[in-house]
Amino acid sequence: MQITVSVNGESYVRDVEPRLLLTHFLRDELRLTGTHWGCDTSNCGACVVRLDGVPVKSCTVLAVMADGAEVSTVEGLAHGRSEAELDPVQEGFMVCHGLQCGFCTPGMMLTSRALLDRDPAPSAETIREAISGQICRCTGYENIVRSVQWAAAKEAAVRGSADTDTSEAMA
Amino acid sequence: MTAIGEKGVQDLSVQIHAAEETPRGYGAMKRKEDTRFIRGHGQYVDDVVLPGMLHGAVLRSPLAHARIVRLDTSAAEAHPKVHAVITGQTLAGLGLAWMPTLSQDTQAVLATDKVRFQGQEVAFVVADDRYAARDALALIDVEYDALEPVVDAKRALEPGTPVIRDDKDGKTDNHIFDWESGDRTATDEVFAEAEAAEDQLVVVQDMIYPRVHPAPLETCGAIADMDPVTGKLTLWTTTQAPHAHRTLYALVAGLPEHKIRIISPDIGGGFGNKVGIYPGYVCAVVASIVTGKPVKWMEDRSENLMSTSFARDYHMRGEVAVTREGRIRGVRVHVLADHGAFDATAQPTAFPAGFFGVFTGSYDLEAAHCAVTGVYTNKAPGGVAYACSFRITEAVYLIERMVDVVAHDLAMDPAELRMRNLLRPEQFPYQSKTGWEYDSGDYPHTFRVALDKAGYDELRAEQADRRRRFDAGEPVALMGIGLSFFTEAVGAGPRRTMDILGLGMADGAELRIHPTGKAVLRVSCQSQGQGHETTFAQIVAQELGISPDDIDVVHGDTDQTPFGLGTYGSRSTPVSGAATAVVARKVRERAKIVAAAMMEVSTDDLEWDDGRWQVAGDPDASRSMADIAMAAHSNLELPEGVEGQLDATCVYNPPNLTYPCGAYICVVDVDPGTGAVDVRRFVAVDDCGVRINPMIVEGQVHGGLADGVGMALMQCIAFDLDGNCLGGSMMDYLLPTSLECPSWELGETVTPSPHHPIGAKGVGESATVGSPPAVVNAVIDALAPYDVRHADMPLTPAAVWCAAQGHPLRPDLGIT
Repeated sequence: MQITVSVNGESYVRDVEPRLLLTHFLRDELRLTGTHWGCDTSNCGACVVRLDGVPVKSCTVLAVMADGAEVSTVEGLAHGRSEAELDPVQEGFMVCHGLQCGFCTPGMMLTSRALLDRDPAPSAETIREAISGQICRCTGYENIVRSVQWAAAKEAAVRGSADTDTSEAMA
Repeated sequence: MTAIGEKGVQDLSVQIHAAEETPRGYGAMKRKEDTRFIRGHGQYVDDVVLPGMLHGAVLRSPLAHARIVRLDTSAAEAHPKVHAVITGQTLAGLGLAWMPTLSQDTQAVLATDKVRFQGQEVAFVVADDRYAARDALALIDVEYDALEPVVDAKRALEPGTPVIRDDKDGKTDNHIFDWESGDRTATDEVFAEAEAAEDQLVVVQDMIYPRVHPAPLETCGAIADMDPVTGKLTLWTTTQAPHAHRTLYALVAGLPEHKIRIISPDIGGGFGNKVGIYPGYVCAVVASIVTGKPVKWMEDRSENLMSTSFARDYHMRGEVAVTREGRIRGVRVHVLADHGAFDATAQPTAFPAGFFGVFTGSYDLEAAHCAVTGVYTNKAPGGVAYACSFRITEAVYLIERMVDVVAHDLAMDPAELRMRNLLRPEQFPYQSKTGWEYDSGDYPHTFRVALDKAGYDELRAEQADRRRRFDAGEPVALMGIGLSFFTEAVGAGPRRTMDILGLGMADGAELRIHPTGKAVLRVSCQSQGQGHETTFAQIVAQELGISPDDIDVVHGDTDQTPFGLGTYGSRSTPVSGAATAVVARKVRERAKIVAAAMMEVSTDDLEWDDGRWQVAGDPDASRSMADIAMAAHSNLELPEGVEGQLDATCVYNPPNLTYPCGAYICVVDVDPGTGAVDVRRFVAVDDCGVRINPMIVEGQVHGGLADGVGMALMQCIAFDLDGNCLGGSMMDYLLPTSLECPSWELGETVTPSPHHPIGAKGVGESATVGSPPAVVNAVIDALAPYDVRHADMPLTPAAVWCAAQGHPLRPDLGIT
């Protein structure tokens, strides 16, 4: 089947088997290997990507189901190559040691990004709930929670200074 | 230190390190490896694609014990995308149907005669892509003659039980080994006295440490690339021990060792699961030889859980001789160790029960003895895996559970009982009754720090209040407080006594200093997430006064690194970390000679000050490592005996293990109606000696605590009596999520290791070892109104409820 999928803003047209999983499409067809595979049964979330903005487990989405959709993966999180262009979530994971082996990290970061997009100041409980469909075997989750809080705090600070700039400009 | 004072942080007093700046030596700093991981640019084995690469898949046995009557691969071979089908017969022709295990047993690579556990490897298909390889598996026709499986370890030695390993000449039972430790006579005497004396008693408890699986998020796999022209095998593989694997492939397959290169790229968690050599790896190598192309094999999650190294499966009887005042005199242990179908445990040769001999724990005993019997069952092989420090997990669980059972029988507070019996600081170095020399520790201090941090007395007061309300019929949750104090023994090990298949457990290190003062450290240990690229750079930085950012750490490639035994048993910092400090000091001494030549003074006039060699008393006359490195590569005339350059190598043979310790306190709330357990708090005070990067140490502890909660409450690989694995997917084998884990509360004490060059001890497994008994003790404590003395892990709601009703479950058998 021919599908057209937009991944991180770039459009790809491919002929794929109808049974091809989205995770294998991203990894094997597009060579975007930041999306991982971990369990087959939708339990671990190593394969989480955003499909039209919504976090999904790409091991249980067929590539053909993404036809015409916008997929975002970990490779699209940062705005550029410099450290200053990292997404605050990426920065938070580094500063707060929210990752060890790095295998669950892309999925955790995408879920966290989606959470902050709809709730810019989540409580620890809200963060735990948001990532509860994903498994990390290394961190015991505490530093992931702190990483997301760090990112929320940074974005709040950036918004605060932007607001200040705007009000100063208006004055 | 970053305190995040925003909404939602439960406890701002919780010790936590985060990283903003790069220190010049020890301290919290951002991990160097993270820059690639957070961008999705890590390179795990399955991310590697080689030109012309084919894909392999393993056909596995659906039965636990069966004779193979017929194996027909013709339909699979006819599949248009299939390149080869390899069977046990193919391998037998090459002498590779069986391979040696790390415990000097043999294991079938592909079954030839019969299958011995559900999920055992039967055939290997090589195809164009991973989907086609799976399709072809369905085309292989195998006829089995089912045999009675042996699932219950307690039945394995009974007369008339089927013999699993009839491949072994003359084998008439399922016995593997008997091993003992300690002084049996002295221990029996102490117990005889205790039984006879009015003021003493003997406390006995049976307990099971059930089979669990480390389940790293990345499963195991390999890409074998045998170059048909040069005869060189490059094997990209998920291994925690690249050098040991290289030597074993040379010995197993008869390949010349210099023609084998093992590359272990980024590893998505190991926890012991990636120590051994699995049949799939060997099949990939054979497939590459047969097809002349690179062959990738990645197992799926069920294959990982059902066939690769399990952990524990220890059936233990603990006995404690104790005075009625609570003075523990002796400990006696009998263990039935279920090793599965092949004895493939990974541990130093002389230790078939690993370091279980450390079961005397943190206490000052008069005598101790343990006897361990290993048996075969129709279950997957393995046994020493999962952050266990070679079975110290089982040892700590045994002793810490027994101490609580003693406290129960004496009606004594378990904190008071522990404090009365803990080793005292003046007893170190301490010779244990089973032959271990504990290097350092101040146990009562560490224990007090934890009790204070938890607010132990206040917790007991709250518990008493809740129990009164429960007894009065109020619908309150049952509160439980669980303690454990563990002693670890990590950093194997002295080569005189510790080897794996004859390979002594010393580690090499190589340090190159480039002319501009930037450095490259090459080590044999293998990070699976522990952050070696950062901490090992910090060790060099601390010794040489250069920034960790200017030091690259190379690992995971046998062609580029010195020999060493790899990363497991918390041995990286104790052994490779020590090698790193020693090799850096060699460089520093060599730099001293060059600095003296540069400044035309005697080396006797120089002192090391703040990262520079300085003329004593003259702060203006000094040279940095960068100055010295450039001079060492220049035309500077050097004293005789110095060849130029600063590079150095070393091999570190540890004089002893390091002995971290810790005091853990868990607070749970148990719903008496459902048996559901909620971990409300977990206080962990660890003493792992000097901390190189406290942020990373805390991360290691966090992960281990989650493991402990998982094992205590959820994780179990059980079997039904037909030998079906009941934990073959993450739907059935439950791992803790963010909702089962509390916000960890950490603390620390520091007693440096006296024999380690920088005073550090291992910490990677401390929390996995120390936390399960704290959780279990808490749950049992919560069930005091039901007078529960013991219940086996995992304490699922059903297990807790049944225990409260007086009908405890047996966890290892799904159908009893």
